[in-house]
Amino acid sequence: MNVGAEALAPRHRRSGRELMERYGHWLIILPPLLFLIIFFLIPFAFALKISFAETAIRVPPYTDVLAITSDKHIQLSLSLANYKYLLTDEVYAVSYMYSLRTAFFSTLICLLLGYPMAYAMSRSSKATQNILLLIIILPFWTSFLLRVYALEGIIRENGLLNTALLRFGLIDHPLKIMRTTLAVYLGIIYSYLPFMVLPLFATLEKLDNTLLEAAADLGNPPWRAFLDITLPLSMPGVIAGSMLVFIPAIGEFVIPSLLGGPDNLMIGRVLWDEFFNNRDWPVASAVAIAFLVLLVGPIALYQHYNVKGMEV
Amino acid sequence: MFERFSPLLFSILCFGIAVLYIPIVVLIGYSFNASELVNVWGGFSTAWYTELLHNRQILNAAALSLEVGVVASTGAVILGTLAAIALTRYRKFRGRLLLTGMVNAPLVMPEVVTGITQLLLFVSMLQFFGWPHRGFTTIVIAHIAFCTAYVTITVQSRLMSADRSLEEAAMDLGSGPVRAFCEITLPIIAPALAAGWLLSFTLSLDDLVISSFVSGPGASTLPMVIYSKVKLGLSPDVNALASIIICVVGGCVILAGYFMRRADRRRQLEIQMADR
Repeated sequence: MNVGAEALAPRHRRSGRELMERYGHWLIILPPLLFLIIFFLIPFAFALKISFAETAIRVPPYTDVLAITSDKHIQLSLSLANYKYLLTDEVYAVSYMYSLRTAFFSTLICLLLGYPMAYAMSRSSKATQNILLLIIILPFWTSFLLRVYALEGIIRENGLLNTALLRFGLIDHPLKIMRTTLAVYLGIIYSYLPFMVLPLFATLEKLDNTLLEAAADLGNPPWRAFLDITLPLSMPGVIAGSMLVFIPAIGEFVIPSLLGGPDNLMIGRVLWDEFFNNRDWPVASAVAIAFLVLLVGPIALYQHYNVKGMEV
Repeated sequence: MFERFSPLLFSILCFGIAVLYIPIVVLIGYSFNASELVNVWGGFSTAWYTELLHNRQILNAAALSLEVGVVASTGAVILGTLAAIALTRYRKFRGRLLLTGMVNAPLVMPEVVTGITQLLLFVSMLQFFGWPHRGFTTIVIAHIAFCTAYVTITVQSRLMSADRSLEEAAMDLGSGPVRAFCEITLPIIAPALAAGWLLSFTLSLDDLVISSFVSGPGASTLPMVIYSKVKLGLSPDVNALASIIICVVGGCVILAGYFMRRADRRRQLEIQMADR
């Protein structure tokens, strides 16, 4: 680079400092860029490659897709069997639809619960706001796995909820919540609620109060002002929060695995079982690639809003 | 005008916070239960905590997790800060869009997908280069990759609000760009670096899915041990372990937040004094 620059512009002798000014920024850009390309982006290419392989009893447990044969020819053996299998065995379609449905309704409930919370926070005084913010952020920092485990202590058959309800005579038999769909919903809502409240609070807090006052001065009832002003202006927060709950919830593994029953097959759990229990790496890769293709829409939506938000 | 809504809003807020906290409080309560049965209170006891100290499997896993956490979050802070500087300071460069995308993607990428793709990369690399062997190294690399994203976003927002004119003034007065950055901007963004490190550390300490995929035989992190214990059934010592982790992390976050706010307030005060 150094020599090339000198040769191209011999009349303008470049000092080290000038070179630094011209190319120095690559010293900052390249390390994270290369690291993420190698360890985050390229892995997807490998998953794509191995999704075309077949299972084999060897280490690693799949056949070569690209191989150099003994007579120095490059051999490409693509097998579409894994993808055909995904389409024919209905477990995959069913679990994908189930994941989408579960994620959608959990996101909706998180939004219905989180919006009033964020709204109430944004209406409180600055000092209260700081304390409330800490209270909401703290669970976000504490272990996800441990919080799911803690929830189990509440909802299991001899957990706190059933003990309390029985004690007060509200029920005769303990409710069966663990290993049901309800437990999966409760788990997702409980775990992801802070992700919904924080972006909502961020947009609601910035809201210009004079607009609401103007609406009130012009004789609008508060619900009208809310629908016409607050709600539309808080849409970026609604979308950011919803995506932060919806997208990870589709791929959730820990919650359906620990709280759900055998029929709560979410796609993350199917992939995990395919990989760890059946040891079928090519099919697991195909599940991952197919899953990713189906996620492109929501992720692009999230990126679009996020990148736009960051550029402003 | 909002008074009319207040009681309803207030009760929803309280309900939400209760939902977030009751399970944790109950868990900590259970950890002091002498009885092995969860629904029977057998008196106050710290037996489960003493038992933890004799459990080699848990102690080894905790040591591995702490080691991974320190190395991975340090790496992530370095790479994430560089990425944040690149994205805020250089408006146009080749690969900017790619970097923005790769910085945001891990936040929404399902962990199972990231985990399996990274494992396949590591396995192929091992075949071709004989490195890295699955275990400590692969877990650290995988953790750096997703923690970098969180650090970048934390530092980026701080950098955007930092006043660049101070740094430019220092450069006009003859200090080099590196020195100007280290002496002017670095102290301003230092709280964000600390927050990013802490966030990466807790994320790394908590990660189950990605670690399970990329780890090899014999290298079990703490979440992996906890998961298998919980999956097998009730183990009251997990309550004690969970209480320790939650209290230590919670305490650290509160303390760090307090010190950062104080440092910030002092800086603001200094700026006000200087303006006068």
